[in-house]
Amino acid sequence: MDALTENWDIILEGFLKTLQLLVGAGALALVVGTVIAMFRVSPVPVLRRTGAVYVAIFRNSPLLVLLLITYYGLPQLGINPSFYWKIVLAMGLYTAAFVAESLRSGINGIPLGQAEASRSLGFTFGQSMTQVVLPQAFRNVVPPLASVFIALTKNTSLAMSFGIAEAAFRMKGLINDYAADRWTIFIGIALGYIIIVEAISLGAALLERRWRAER
Amino acid sequence: MSQSTVLYDTPGPRARRLYRIIGALTVIGLIVLGYVVVNTLADNGQLEYEGVWEPFVTPAFLEILWGGLLDTLRAAVFAIIGALIFGVIFGIGKLSEHRFVRWPCWLIVEFFRAVPLLILIVFLWSLYSLQLDRSFQALVIGLVLYNGSVLAEVFRAGINAVPKGQAEAAYALGMRKYQVMGSILMPQAVKIMLPSIISQCIVALKDTSLGFVILAPGLTTVGRQIWRQFGNYLATALVLLVIYLVINLLLDWLGRWVERRYTGGRRLDVSAVGVLGEQERLAQAQVEAARQTATMGGSGVGGTTG
Repeated sequence: MDALTENWDIILEGFLKTLQLLVGAGALALVVGTVIAMFRVSPVPVLRRTGAVYVAIFRNSPLLVLLLITYYGLPQLGINPSFYWKIVLAMGLYTAAFVAESLRSGINGIPLGQAEASRSLGFTFGQSMTQVVLPQAFRNVVPPLASVFIALTKNTSLAMSFGIAEAAFRMKGLINDYAADRWTIFIGIALGYIIIVEAISLGAALLERRWRAER
Repeated sequence: MSQSTVLYDTPGPRARRLYRIIGALTVIGLIVLGYVVVNTLADNGQLEYEGVWEPFVTPAFLEILWGGLLDTLRAAVFAIIGALIFGVIFGIGKLSEHRFVRWPCWLIVEFFRAVPLLILIVFLWSLYSLQLDRSFQALVIGLVLYNGSVLAEVFRAGINAVPKGQAEAAYALGMRKYQVMGSILMPQAVKIMLPSIISQCIVALKDTSLGFVILAPGLTTVGRQIWRQFGNYLATALVLLVIYLVINLLLDWLGRWVERRYTGGRRLDVSAVGVLGEQERLAQAQVEAARQTATMGGSGVGGTTG
């Protein structure tokens, strides 16, 4: 236990970095993912195709290789953001593909009849969008988006190999220093991740329940 | 994609003209983007043959890359086979009637699904005292535990997806539990699960890249050797990306084909990574089911993330 209790401050600091990565990459993923999702459900074929290609490429690439590109590759093009942004860029663009898929499935999950009904009630496009389609789409999207963010939380651990001192990095360091305590260290750090993951899924469950009550 | 969606009507002549204009602008934008990318690459000497792309046309280096690819595929194949076995055992374990079997299985599956794969791999490697020649084992075991836990959920959901009457009928015929499981439920469940299993193969293959961190043999480790020698980081990373992409897109295509061929577009979605509660999982399945009815015959969605 000593390894954990003596080093709780650097572990906490590590998880703070993890959360920073989560917030940065999550925000980028939401913005880019929303744009791509709009492309994918748009009536313009070229935009749909562009969105589909983006998703196919980023969903099938290993995140680690994308990190190699932003971390080692971009500087070779004279583009040199800070460590943090290089990691956030790769993680955000990668996660955006999954965000886009979740949003798309949430929008497409609404029965066509809902739009037809609102049209037959004389709603304009804007009204049926804001009153009928989108509120339901948001609700549909909560559970899959939560799993995307849970996956992102776990993926932030990849930053470890690029010199960002987040939780996984701290675990590796501690295991090196306290080899005898590696089980406790592993379980301790794992619990830290599980707490973040549980917080996200709890938040999603609350959001869902609230929106369900309005149905 | 000619089916209608909730979002817009079938376009009239004016809308069609507008769509064409937006389409043309997008194409122009993409061409400009491509030009800027190529230009930046050229300006920074990334398109030169010598020292940048040379290794990838030199037989000796192609051989090294090929070796790395074989190691990566080997890790992925071992991982998937192991994960299938792990998944069957723990998936069925979670369905057990006995609490003392069900509960530990649940705990193990949820734990390995929630823990980042990378820290699991690093930890396993530390159990081998960080020996380099054991890094492959650490990678494969980590992949088995993680993907196996995901597949356990797939198996459980797949078995639950078989209509209840099937098991009841089998029991009524006097079959024993293992017979019901083995000859009635499993064969039907496997058919439903196949697309999910294939998308899990993609996840496993992508995650073999994590071997980079513990220097396990494989593509990413080979990549490090190449750029150590030439300093061509970007070119090497792009080559790795293309190799992974080609294999994964082929698997993706195979998954869709299997989905069409064997499940008639019916799809089981338990790709939820992490520890979602039963309720969320149910809701997600509903979303997925709803999506399927809305975009019947549309393209399938692969597993979430790895």
